[in-house]
Amino acid sequence: MSAETVSRQDRQSATTRAVRSILASRETAIVLVILAIIAVATAMNQSFLFSGQGWRDLLLTPSILLVMAVGSAVVIITRNVDLSVGSTLAITAYMSGRLFVDLPGTPIIVVVLLGILVGAVLGLINGALVAFGKVPALVVTLGTMYIYRGAVLTWAGSDRINASDMPREFLGLGTMQIVSIPLLTIVAVLVLIVTGYWLASTRSGREMYAIGSDPEAAKLYGLPTTKRVITAFILGGALAGLAGVMYAARYGTVSASAGLGWEFQAIGAAVIGGVAIFGGSGTVWGAAFGAILLMTINRVLPIVGIPDFWQRAVVGALIIGAIVLDRYLSVRRHRKLQETRDDA
Amino acid sequence: MTAATRATTDASTSERPLEVGRSYAAYHRPWWFRIFVSAEFLIIALLVLVWLIATTSVDNFSGPLTVRYLLMDIAPLMMIALPMTLVIITGQIDLSVASTMGLSSVLVGILHVQVGLSIPVAGLLAILVGVLCGVLNGFLVAYVKLPSLAVTIGTLALYRGIAVGLLGTTALTDFDQGWSDLATSSIGESRIPAIMIPVVILILAFAVLLHFTPFGRGLYDIGHNEQAAWFSGVNVARSQMTTFILTGSVSAAAGIFYTLRFGNSRGDNATGLELEVIAAVLLGGVLIFGGRGAIHGVLAGALLIGVLSSALRLEGVTVNVINIIIGLLLVVSVLAPTLVAGVQRLRSRLGGSSPAPGGSPPTTEPSESSSPAPRNSGPQNSTPHEKAPRATTH
Repeated sequence: MSAETVSRQDRQSATTRAVRSILASRETAIVLVILAIIAVATAMNQSFLFSGQGWRDLLLTPSILLVMAVGSAVVIITRNVDLSVGSTLAITAYMSGRLFVDLPGTPIIVVVLLGILVGAVLGLINGALVAFGKVPALVVTLGTMYIYRGAVLTWAGSDRINASDMPREFLGLGTMQIVSIPLLTIVAVLVLIVTGYWLASTRSGREMYAIGSDPEAAKLYGLPTTKRVITAFILGGALAGLAGVMYAARYGTVSASAGLGWEFQAIGAAVIGGVAIFGGSGTVWGAAFGAILLMTINRVLPIVGIPDFWQRAVVGALIIGAIVLDRYLSVRRHRKLQETRDDA
Repeated sequence: MTAATRATTDASTSERPLEVGRSYAAYHRPWWFRIFVSAEFLIIALLVLVWLIATTSVDNFSGPLTVRYLLMDIAPLMMIALPMTLVIITGQIDLSVASTMGLSSVLVGILHVQVGLSIPVAGLLAILVGVLCGVLNGFLVAYVKLPSLAVTIGTLALYRGIAVGLLGTTALTDFDQGWSDLATSSIGESRIPAIMIPVVILILAFAVLLHFTPFGRGLYDIGHNEQAAWFSGVNVARSQMTTFILTGSVSAAAGIFYTLRFGNSRGDNATGLELEVIAAVLLGGVLIFGGRGAIHGVLAGALLIGVLSSALRLEGVTVNVINIIIGLLLVVSVLAPTLVAGVQRLRSRLGGSSPAPGGSPPTTEPSESSSPAPRNSGPQNSTPHEKAPRATTH
């Protein structure tokens, strides 16, 4: 009898603990904030959520940044950073349009795959420079950011790909909905689930965290650090490439300045989502929710009466708030751990 | 950036040769060798080379207007590169400088055109706000101990956001003509623009501050090892705070010049300049992990970017190609030490196999890269020390 109560208590405390850890996680916190924002916006303007257009935009707008933020998060988790993803997006977005103009009748799947491939190659260049050159990622990707952007500017000049240049089926993909859920959102969520599973539950995924929390120890332990870091950059590049194709499909017009400044947005989304800027902790789920939060706030501000010029200020304040919060939580956790150790 | 990143790369043997210029072993070289065979002088030599090629082969490069516009174009870059050098030498980074510049430009516009203050008063207030921007960055980095990369990505968005939020898409252009003329005037009859007077004063001030004061020496110590610097009596937090305040205030001053020169105040003024500043600083031989760098190299880096852009523009090359060249230079400049180390290692392996089994003789030229590698266990042992407090920052 008493044993039963004990075991039930145990079970109860286990569930409460699980509930508590879910409530305390960064991901849940951000989802709650997103839901609150959506609720406020809907209360001010019914059509934000309940009109067909509003529902579609709500899901569609964050999808491109979400894909980029997932890639950036993986790179940041290995204690690197990729500033060139915005330029990569511009290259593949312009390339997609160019393919339809120069080679009419190119199958869409080829364009998508080519976009991913080109992005992966650009990522490989970054990764190889960082891993073999032993140079800091910040500097290398700052350089390749200039180079890639210069390349697309040279290629495109002041040329602009317009919606009329691209086949209707391709543009249709950008707005197509399956059971009221936009296709691009489905793609983004698939990317998120696959990457999230890989990082959380496979050997190579966990090794990313090990490398990020202590590269030297990871190497001494025998992990293939060079290979893994290059993998992270290839993945980041490939996802930026995919985001470029999605960009072309979604917006229909592509100029050489597409994706300007998106690298900071993607990194910001990851940081807001709890990915530590010096690697080793955080999840792509957090980064994805961070991206959704950023893009949703952008759309909500005008509705609540704040001129949308203030968007960037809000984004900046959010990033700073997120890292200050992280710092506060980790200091508190540290102190608690110390107290329990002292008690014991 | 942080000590953690630095420690890991320092420990890898390929980073060693970077330290050649600073370690005591190099003092067996004569003084002229130490001064002239350095990263700084490599860039200065490259600058002279590019300048000579440009003067001889590019039409109009030696013309009177070129130098004038070249100097005016890179004046903000040179100004901000100075405090940025200090920040990077301590192992931090400040990405918010261009946003501070934009904010200062907007403030000068609003205070002068809309409120009606005179330019000096408006400028002083704008610089004050620049100081506040630096205080926020510095407080979060130095006292709250947050990573400067993340903090300044945040303030990059925040300060720019405030600038854009204040003015929206409007541009204020109604500036006092006298001040605009002053900003674009020349010194006497020469072709040197007047802005170079404050720029040169700043350069001298920063050179003295960095190279000839205890504060400046302390910055190098912080860049090498924050804890060791603290134990040797450097006030780490206050020094870092000071460097961020300097970037904030100088950026604001650059913003005022930018506003007056072009006679317009817009929220998106100087967007993206932070990356150009950092490129100039790193080109100038400053180590991104901190602890190494000098003002003359940074000036050469900034001038190199200016001369290249100006010469290529005269040749009819578009901005895009100039961007590609700046990017390539940046990548090559950070890659060069690794390449040199690789070549040296290869040479010592080829040469060292015959005289003594197992190791290269310590008297050979690349003694730095070959012999201290195993002795490196000393600094490596300190890595977990450095890590311990850092683990809590995540």
